[in-house]
Amino acid sequence: MTSGKGGVGKTTTSAAFATGLALRGYKTAVIDFDVGLRNLDLIMGCERRVVYDFVNVINGEASLKQALIRDKRTENLHVLPASQTRDKDALTKEGVGKVINDLREDHFDFVVCDSPAGIERGAHMAMYFADDAIVVTNPEVSSVRDSDRILGLLQSKTQKAEQGDSVREHLLITRYSPSRVEAGEMLGMEDILEILAVPLIGVIPESQSVLQASNSGSPVILDKASDAGQAYDDFVRRFLGETVPHRFLDVEKKGFFKRLFG
Amino acid sequence: MAWFDYFRQGKQGSAKLAKERLQIVIAHERIDRNGPEYLPQLRRDIMSVIRKYVPITEEQVNVQFEKGTDYDVLELNIALPEREH
Repeated sequence: MTSGKGGVGKTTTSAAFATGLALRGYKTAVIDFDVGLRNLDLIMGCERRVVYDFVNVINGEASLKQALIRDKRTENLHVLPASQTRDKDALTKEGVGKVINDLREDHFDFVVCDSPAGIERGAHMAMYFADDAIVVTNPEVSSVRDSDRILGLLQSKTQKAEQGDSVREHLLITRYSPSRVEAGEMLGMEDILEILAVPLIGVIPESQSVLQASNSGSPVILDKASDAGQAYDDFVRRFLGETVPHRFLDVEKKGFFKRLFG
Repeated sequence: MAWFDYFRQGKQGSAKLAKERLQIVIAHERIDRNGPEYLPQLRRDIMSVIRKYVPITEEQVNVQFEKGTDYDVLELNIALPEREH
């Protein structure tokens, strides 16, 4: 889960995506790569249960089993928090590779790597071992530009790229506001696709439910009544190979009088 | 004022401008990263040489790098400022 730019919804998306995979019966681990600025634990609502972290495991100070936090709401879901005290150099290629390999041997179906913002070590390590990359983008110039930069790194600085293979790229647009797109104030989904030329896997509408979910430490995908929760669920299904039409792309049509008098 | 917004809807938004600016800047950045590593430095060096003779800005120097099957092409396009009469 990557983006380059911060604040676009990587952690929100990682939490929702990992929960969605686990809900479908896949044994899933979600790892916070943002060493020094850990936040996945808060979004997942397990911040008070953190004992050991990712760096402890890499340094051999704790076993993977000790550090993985089993999610209380969703079966098959495990969280590996980032260290809050170390610096980002604590993430070594060998260490990260070993943790991911150990998870594979422990029969995990999916390992979701929540990348930090930027293009430094943490971001590099989060993408290095990836088979698939979800590039999270807001309809906003700086986010689109940074996403393109990240796509360049995915195509050159990953293990797959080094082996002459390629990481599968998927574009997820978040904080989308159809009414602003219609008014010509916001980049539309087609514009972003034309610029980045990456297959679209989902569009998450701007929604109050995302803040509500983070406030309460419950991944937004569990809010099944919300538009964002449903859009995340569609995205997970598409990732797993289902054909699901995109929703929430058009403005809800109001009648003439409602538009006049709001 | 919902009635006011209703009549404003025809107004041209800024999204079009955002798209145009992005297309230009991303095209430049893609050339830099697909070309050899020395390309950004080469561009700067060329700029400083030309600036000894004529004042130019970064936008006036266009460096294109194309990978061919047998050979790569480095294309320089420098737009000189209009001559003073």
